Amino acid sequence: MHLSYTPEEEAFRQEVRQFLAEKLPKDLSAKVKSGKRLAKEDYMRWHRAMYEKGWVTPMWPKQYGGCGWSPVQLHIFDEETFAAGAPRTVVFGIKMVGPVIARFGNDAQKAEHLPKIRSGEVFWCQGFSEPGSGSDLASLKTRAVREGDHYIVNGQKIWTTLGHFADWIFCLVRTDTNVKKQEGISFLLIDMKTPGVSVRPIITLDGEHHVNEVFFDNVKVPVTNLVGQENKGWDYAKFLLINERFGIAGVGQCKEELARLKEMAQTERKNGRPLIEDPLFAARVARCEIDLMALELTNMRMLVAEQQGASAGPLSSILKIRGTEIQQKLAELQMDAVGPYANPWMPEALDATWNGEPVGPDYAAPKTPSYLDKRKTSIYGGSNEIQKNIIAKAVLGL
Amino acid sequence: MDFSYSEEQTLLSNSLRKLLEDSYDADKRRKIAASERGFSDEAWTRYAELGLLGLPLPESAGGFGGTAIDTMIASVELGRALALEPFVATVVMGAGAIRLAGSPEQQEAMLPAVAEGKLKLAAALGEPQARFDLDDVSTTAAKAGADYVLNGRKAVVLGGDSADKLVVSARTSGGATDRAGLSLFVVEASAAGVVRRGYQLVDGRGAAEVTLSDVKVPQSARLGAEGGAWPVIEQVSDLAISALLGEAIGAWERINELTLEYLKTRQQFGRTIGQFQVLQHRMVDLTLEYEHAKSLVYLAAMEADSTAASQRGRAIAAAKFFVDDKGRQCGEHAIQMHGGIGMTQEYVLSDYVKRLAMISHTLGDSDHHLARFARASTGKA
Repeated sequence: MHLSYTPEEEAFRQEVRQFLAEKLPKDLSAKVKSGKRLAKEDYMRWHRAMYEKGWVTPMWPKQYGGCGWSPVQLHIFDEETFAAGAPRTVVFGIKMVGPVIARFGNDAQKAEHLPKIRSGEVFWCQGFSEPGSGSDLASLKTRAVREGDHYIVNGQKIWTTLGHFADWIFCLVRTDTNVKKQEGISFLLIDMKTPGVSVRPIITLDGEHHVNEVFFDNVKVPVTNLVGQENKGWDYAKFLLINERFGIAGVGQCKEELARLKEMAQTERKNGRPLIEDPLFAARVARCEIDLMALELTNMRMLVAEQQGASAGPLSSILKIRGTEIQQKLAELQMDAVGPYANPWMPEALDATWNGEPVGPDYAAPKTPSYLDKRKTSIYGGSNEIQKNIIAKAVLGL
Repeated sequence: MDFSYSEEQTLLSNSLRKLLEDSYDADKRRKIAASERGFSDEAWTRYAELGLLGLPLPESAGGFGGTAIDTMIASVELGRALALEPFVATVVMGAGAIRLAGSPEQQEAMLPAVAEGKLKLAAALGEPQARFDLDDVSTTAAKAGADYVLNGRKAVVLGGDSADKLVVSARTSGGATDRAGLSLFVVEASAAGVVRRGYQLVDGRGAAEVTLSDVKVPQSARLGAEGGAWPVIEQVSDLAISALLGEAIGAWERINELTLEYLKTRQQFGRTIGQFQVLQHRMVDLTLEYEHAKSLVYLAAMEADSTAASQRGRAIAAAKFFVDDKGRQCGEHAIQMHGGIGMTQEYVLSDYVKRLAMISHTLGDSDHHLARFARASTGKA
């Protein structure tokens, strides 16, 4: 039992740091650190930098462009990129549909899609949730009916993150209505330029446009866009969700947010002293920091176990639960740290090109929107209640 | 980075579990706890034979030179079995102080006897007015010729009822809460002027209030430099916390096992109560908190031997806070999920809940360690 990194792991950390120092644009990290709104091009600049380095799809199988990194290396990469102020990787191509195509797709699909996911030429979004199918995802109703060489798709997807940036969408669709709900689902790749696809924005409670509704009105999708076998889509969706569990705890991101919180709490004053010296506020920060230490170590324990061939399996759902709770708590503490300046509603201040006079400290404006936005974390990716159902069933045998 | 037990550690853990399963079942344990002595001399002898009593002691003193990680791993088993013997008091605290601060002669005189199970110790560090602050010491040690004369009171001394010798903190100079000016002395429990009021703790272990009235000890009884004992006191306390946290993890493991088993067998409304989602999610909470607690307890053990007080203190404080806060809460949930049977003294769950509750008031409670963590994290330790 020891906590030290191997010399190889330390050398890798140095390599990552050097890459970040050279290739992460300074204006981009400044935007991320100050909570400004990111444009599609911001995400793509960072994507291309990683692509050129060969690091954009580290967890893919090696023959498709993976790096063969160990779980510990993935953790180091995650930690360092967040500490440097890199934007969150857009997960839909590289962490979601890419691995599914690499595992279950045919050769033509691999040749067509994998290189474009890696280069960033095609921006993907995810079509899983529907208005009537949230936690009960398998009840989804979007229909795909086979007609010759095409499926005709009708229905609606919702909460489609960055759908307004996307070129393609991967969808779960119903191809059989006469069987158990999980057994009639297929996994389809759909070009969003196809006639009949329309995207409508949903403005979330932070006043921002992150998510969308996507409508399908008699959309003709070539059957060559079916991944794997018809009616096996639920299996691929489960693979996708399990595959997503690396990094879902958000340890690197949380450490960076904690550092920002502490900086702010040094600057903010209470009773003429730095806020961080107020015993009540200090206690709230300390509780959250201890939870984060526990999460980081538990994440490492599970990663190292994975590396040693003893996977934690579905128990790793606890990382999603606690990780999202901590992300929410940190956003809440940052909002509380700015006191009354949490209240002014200044959406214009989130624009990096805005030159106006800030109300209160210049870091205050994004805090309440971010607090509101973070509520989503315990809902998406399988709500935390669904995660508990999974643990109860698969780990505890209840 | 590695979080697994080594081969030797697995062996230690397995043999100790087997020994404890032989020595203790719930009924036997209660009989032992109710006896006048409060623990089993037979078990103590078997611990010595296994090498447990010399585990963290230097090889030169007949020990195994083990780390705090080894002690934590053994403590998990002691916690699972709710062992009553004064292992933490004697081996981790008393012998720990001698190991860290004693001269070669002092070590030679006492540590081999500890390892052989012939000498029991306790560290008398806390005081009635001090709550959990071990630098708040009113007990004085005044020089009188070649001797020191000790006067004062020591509170809730773990193992103080059965110890042959006490390691006592006393002030040789400085004001009420000064860290400089503290010294450690080895005092015979039978010395003139030592009065012990022994009692049982909530979880069945023994402790004592100790009054020292003009107790004369020679200079050779002092451990380490006069006035320079604070770093040793702090580390002995941290090592003891690390061991107690191991016990807490063992006890918590059993609480979860018992509760899960109950959820799978207890029938109400025509089904096992584990089929109710409200109880399933509560059981998941117990599992989630236990896994996170275990990670922090491992970290604490990995840092406990370090003399870098600030980093060590931060790890110890984080783990102690988390276990005190969440462990006790999980004990409460476990009783609730059991319903009436969880309220009985007879059912073994209560013994585990009591040990977690008792640990939460030993060597600092959750408030104490949260404040300590906050100071360490802002560089104001």
